[in-house]
Amino acid sequence: MTDLTNLGIAAIRDGVAKGDFTATEVATAFNAAVAEANPALNAFIVTTPDHALAAAERVDAARAQGQPLGPLAGVPIGMKDLFATQGVPTTAASHILEGFVPQYESTVSQKLWDAGAGMLGKLNLDQFAMGSSNETSAFGNVISPWRAKGPDGTGDNAPRAPGGSSGGSSAAVSAHIVAAATGTDTGGSIRQPAAFTGIAGIKPTYGRCSRWGIVAFASSLDQAGPMARDVTDCAIMLEAMAGFDAKDSTSLDLPVPAWSAGLTDDLKGLKVGIPREYRLDGLNADVAKSWDDGIAWLKDAGAEVVDISLPHTKYALPAYYIIAPAEASSNLARYDGVRYGLRDLPDGAGLQEMYAATRAAGFGPEVKRRILIGTYVLSAGFYDAYYTQAQKVRTLIARDFENAFQQVDVILTPTAPTSAFALGEKSADPLEMYLNDVFSVPASLAGLPAMSVPAGLDRSGLPLGLHLIGRPFDEQGVLNAGLAIERRAGFTARPEKWW
Amino acid sequence: MSVAPADVAKIAALARIKVTPAELDAMVPELNGILAWVDQLGEVDVTGVEPMTAVIPNQLRLRADVVGADPLTGGNVRDKVLANAPAAEHGFFGVPKVIE
Repeated sequence: MTDLTNLGIAAIRDGVAKGDFTATEVATAFNAAVAEANPALNAFIVTTPDHALAAAERVDAARAQGQPLGPLAGVPIGMKDLFATQGVPTTAASHILEGFVPQYESTVSQKLWDAGAGMLGKLNLDQFAMGSSNETSAFGNVISPWRAKGPDGTGDNAPRAPGGSSGGSSAAVSAHIVAAATGTDTGGSIRQPAAFTGIAGIKPTYGRCSRWGIVAFASSLDQAGPMARDVTDCAIMLEAMAGFDAKDSTSLDLPVPAWSAGLTDDLKGLKVGIPREYRLDGLNADVAKSWDDGIAWLKDAGAEVVDISLPHTKYALPAYYIIAPAEASSNLARYDGVRYGLRDLPDGAGLQEMYAATRAAGFGPEVKRRILIGTYVLSAGFYDAYYTQAQKVRTLIARDFENAFQQVDVILTPTAPTSAFALGEKSADPLEMYLNDVFSVPASLAGLPAMSVPAGLDRSGLPLGLHLIGRPFDEQGVLNAGLAIERRAGFTARPEKWW
Repeated sequence: MSVAPADVAKIAALARIKVTPAELDAMVPELNGILAWVDQLGEVDVTGVEPMTAVIPNQLRLRADVVGADPLTGGNVRDKVLANAPAAEHGFFGVPKVIE
């Protein structure tokens, strides 16, 4: 039998349905792969082999009885540890939630289990999803399976960042220790890690996936989405994750399109915009080349390429780093040592001292930094100058996209300004880390669907991603352009197994 | 705009995060670096521009006025609510004494 861990969602589902192998065999193979790799990659905070096996046994039993199988029947996935999972610890990679065991299941994870998927474990991430390298987790760095090659072809072996915040997800998918994984994206947390590890990931239109049961970071930006080995698997998984949920007041009350059935790489008549403001001074040469490759591939697929302007692009990142911390400072006020999670009660402390001590002990440095920035920009005397100004700029950024989408159907950019950097390379300067999200943040601020697909390797053998941004609700357009790139890029590179 | 150590101490107090003097000293230049960078937003002409309130136009809904319509959020789950509390007592959240 072929190694079952080399199969993605569609192949596993179809193989289980046909009886080529059982769901239990698949779950067993992935559980073993997780157990072997996790000590080296640290992709999981908690592993749940029993959950994966139990789900697989239900699928096998249903198949034996001739019952219909779900769209993800027998597919073992990883769950970013930002989703509340009933009876399984949920930490958001923070000490402040250590020991927290949800009494309920998030809407998105429940939908995945209902579709027949099983859970291999809870995936590591940047603490409260705040970071671009997975270096802010209280449970240690995730190590990317990818390593750079020097000019002489030998590796430098420096541990590389898997991207962030969904770094456990990206590392696990690219190492083939999960068939796919959930991610969440606030400013690029699905797309940038997908680009860094040579996988596909899509953030749908804001409101497509319910936020109920997802640990909140910045509520006007947070969206869940799939991270998988290819575009087709992303489409299948997103169909299972999306859908209206009355428990999320921003959930879109719209039917879920059959994205996987609608996939086509025939882009005849499609107009693709290339925003000139994304061609930054000093753009990395390999990134610029892969962008040019992407343009050529989309033309080859029948698309017409159009130069466009998104004039407020340079203001997206600073606006994001006001809005996201402002919302975070409000959302994270709930961690008070009273209702759940950590409590630090110094001798003789009153309630206020307990709050302050608990939050000092529980939050990591990046989380504190963002809470403080957020508190500052929302405080009396500064609110209008920072927060209101940023929200006005956000309107202008959204308007830039609206104008562009009168001319074009989809926008192509690089996903990130570089390939994966080495761990520690950017962690000393918060600002330098923030700049890594320069291409992904504008689409987040406008709530647009956007995805990253692998485009090739740079000169050091590390993956580069291409980024597609679509109109609101047009995940199909994004997925189809992604598929056209995927089929022409022929990206088959895999990290060499060193773990 | 920039912040002095006293400003950061005040923000930290508002945010209910205890900071040591050493942490405070480290945070001041970091926050000033970030604030100096976001100050560029001041260059943008926003005359007549409304601040964004919702990225995707959406109607806010009211749920049906029915007690317990959704069993997940409808109440009568006291023990589940308290299950993760660090100091639940007698069916309540326990906190340090707040009345002298």
